[in-house]
Amino acid sequence: MSGPSTYEPKTALERWLDQRLPILRFNAELMDFPTPKNLNYWWTFGAILAFCLITQIATGVVLAMHYNASAGGAFNSVEHIMRDVNYGWLIRYIHANGASMFFLAVYIHTFRGIYYGSFKAPREVLWLIGCLIYLTMMATAFMGYVLPWGQMSFWGAKVITNLFSAIPLVGPAITTWLWGGFAVDAPTLNRFYSLHYLLPFVIAGLVGLHIWALHVPGNSNPVGVNVKSKSDTVPFHPYYTVKDGFAISVFVILFAVFVFYMPEALGHSDNYIPANPIVTPPHIVPEWYFLPYYAILRAIPNKLMGVAALGGAIACIFALPWLDTSKVRSMRYRPQAKIYFVFFVLACLVLGVCGAHEVDDQIISGLAGFPLGDANINSYVWLSRIGALYYFIYFLVITPMLGLRETPLPVPESISTPVLSHPAAAPAGATAAPEKKG
Amino acid sequence: MADAASATSGHGEELEDPGRRDFIHIAAIAATVGGAAAIAWPLIDQMNPSADTLALSSIEYDLSKVPLGQQVTVLWRKQPLFVRHRTPKEIAEAANADLGRLRDPQPDSARVKPGKAEWLIVVGVCTHLGCTPAFGEGEYNGWLCHCHGSVYDTSGRIRGGPAPKNLEVPDYAFLTDTRVKVG
Amino acid sequence: MTRKFLALSAFLGLLVAGPALAASSQAPLKHVQWSFSGPFGSYDQAQLQRGFKVYREVCSQCHALNLVSFHDLGQPGGPFWDPKYPNPNDNPYVKAIAADYKVADIDPDTGENMQRAATSADHPPAPYANDTAAKATLGGAPPDMSLLVKAREGGPDYVYSLVTGYAPAPQGLVVPPGKYYNPYMLSDLASSWKGTGPAPVGGIIAMPPPLTAGKVSFDDGAPSTLDQEAKDVAAFLTWASDPKMDQRKQTGLAVLVYLAIFSGLLYASYRRIWRNVAH
Repeated sequence: MSGPSTYEPKTALERWLDQRLPILRFNAELMDFPTPKNLNYWWTFGAILAFCLITQIATGVVLAMHYNASAGGAFNSVEHIMRDVNYGWLIRYIHANGASMFFLAVYIHTFRGIYYGSFKAPREVLWLIGCLIYLTMMATAFMGYVLPWGQMSFWGAKVITNLFSAIPLVGPAITTWLWGGFAVDAPTLNRFYSLHYLLPFVIAGLVGLHIWALHVPGNSNPVGVNVKSKSDTVPFHPYYTVKDGFAISVFVILFAVFVFYMPEALGHSDNYIPANPIVTPPHIVPEWYFLPYYAILRAIPNKLMGVAALGGAIACIFALPWLDTSKVRSMRYRPQAKIYFVFFVLACLVLGVCGAHEVDDQIISGLAGFPLGDANINSYVWLSRIGALYYFIYFLVITPMLGLRETPLPVPESISTPVLSHPAAAPAGATAAPEKKG
Repeated sequence: MADAASATSGHGEELEDPGRRDFIHIAAIAATVGGAAAIAWPLIDQMNPSADTLALSSIEYDLSKVPLGQQVTVLWRKQPLFVRHRTPKEIAEAANADLGRLRDPQPDSARVKPGKAEWLIVVGVCTHLGCTPAFGEGEYNGWLCHCHGSVYDTSGRIRGGPAPKNLEVPDYAFLTDTRVKVG
Repeated sequence: MTRKFLALSAFLGLLVAGPALAASSQAPLKHVQWSFSGPFGSYDQAQLQRGFKVYREVCSQCHALNLVSFHDLGQPGGPFWDPKYPNPNDNPYVKAIAADYKVADIDPDTGENMQRAATSADHPPAPYANDTAAKATLGGAPPDMSLLVKAREGGPDYVYSLVTGYAPAPQGLVVPPGKYYNPYMLSDLASSWKGTGPAPVGGIIAMPPPLTAGKVSFDDGAPSTLDQEAKDVAAFLTWASDPKMDQRKQTGLAVLVYLAIFSGLLYASYRRIWRNVAH
């Protein structure tokens, strides 16, 4: 993809194949790809995500062999998988918890990209494709959650599809079109199943483009300066295959703890009650990975504006390469940006906590507080408003302004420089000190 | 390629009118787009409600099953329908509301049948994001939607929270004093 | 470094964050030390057998168990699992229990409706044909019990607390005739509360107190107290909603041991490959 190929066919068969379909050459180039030698453990999440996608597709295809996509049969067929199918409980728990693991990894991967400025020129297209993957993941996860046809499946589907009804004029028509009826019902379940099976392959295609767009400029790195010479890089294989492999293995330990010892911790007990279109569960919450957006939606007491804010929150991530004005790529040399970034991560977590609570719940229980506007100050409404406000200010005000005003620290000449100036840097594998390496 | 073809065919003959040649290409592209759109439409429209879904029936309901001050939820067109037997106090609260302060102004009399103000029949779907509001809660004693905090009064009108509209009143008629036909 | 570690642990913290408070409320559940609690806990087979007896003699009068079939009783980890019969369909206990029930079928000769003895492939027949029939008789539809423990926050603690926790209704609570107050029932009592102060926790339940001391006598000599009956039936229902738990925990242990060794090997390999690179 870049740089001259060093691939030499070794046998007559390889030479024959190379002239017809140079797939071995392509693979050799991928494996030899010069990769900055200072990538820390935060960079392993790309490979972890590839692992998650493969896991989800493999387990999903298998589950589809036993699942029955009908309003009358879906719930029981999932229980059939859990009780009767050989290892069905294992495959379903991997698939259900795998979605959470996938999002955990994608959030770390994205925060890493923001912190180290991986979205900056010439990697804007790489970033945009990544955002598209994230969007497609959200659609896939949402439709997958509907398939067991429990109470949370049903009411989650209803609430999320109703978001489209906020669009002026055409909203209700779009909602009816999505439902295939006048309420979420059997047609909705069937089409969600069809799309849930399709979209992972769309994601796989986008991942191909993502890797292509990565291999044109090459990886960014924790220092943020471009690769200057061959001594700044190592071949991807075996250096990063083994490092990524180790990281995947550690990640799978966390994954396995959830699958085998707390498989329901990330789910909701109401989803073990079959869907009932008359009874809304007392407390509808989306899966944890949607909670920050859900909090932004609920922070605004107006349907259209709430939905617009939800869309805007995602749009901000897409627009980031054009919002950030700083010439310095890595926040390691931007002390002020670092502080704002930590508060940004904190705001996302606070929004997540807000999304898990009902709007009028007290934050500090027992404290009376006082009413401010339409809600008590000691309620999650106001906390989510503060969080949402910071979220948007971070993207729309701090990020553009800071790049123009701040004084960054001196940036090293090359990737190899900080290594030489810190000979006593932590050893390569010290997981506790990923930032000091490089 | 088309250009090359027309250039060679022009040998020894009068050249084609360039305007007519462009028109042919534009017409060909338009036909392609039109054809593609015509093929796409059935693929899009198949997601709209099918004929059997559209052929929804109406239901009849015996109001005498609803005690005073209570409501019964019935399933109608796969949606919950609230049948509420209102107390005189609730009717008075609904009738005396200041219309100027309502988000979706509508007098209580327009939401019930004449002379039948004790019966309020509304679709139990919150106009915000579709949850089923809880009976008798919220500061107006009508309904409170626990999903996002929309508050409805005893006439099912939106009074607070994010929902934009009043609870929908379906088409219905009294067959007898205590029997209604909805839909 | 510390900051990043904090961010990551906060992320993980979010994953295990407890369920949120709802407007509905209930009394704090009684916590029981179950044999199946914790990563190494497993079902106590004698307790499952006692719990099955409670289900069969009491609960099944009103509650269905539609997702459990008779052969499940003889699966590994189940109440009548016997290593002598790896195929539960051969297990004499399972066969005998199934044969005690009659299920609807079609007569293969005449095509008419008939009742036949159940086999290990059948589910215990539901006490009511559908929810509407149950409601007409009982005034409420008892939920199917197959997933009850998974479908309730608190799981077995909830079942135990509810069944043992009936209390007299507080002064000022309007309890309709034929219904009962239970402080562990998760619900919002605001609309039934006519007393002073905030509404009490708990809810109004249609089920009369189902278990009393001496209601079920146990074959293994366990005392037939309310506490014992409630614990046993809660354990049985936990098994009914999660029959593969024992296998899951055992497999998990093997998987984690393997992953620990595998990660160690990969780490050693990683150190070896990178040993000459300054980075």
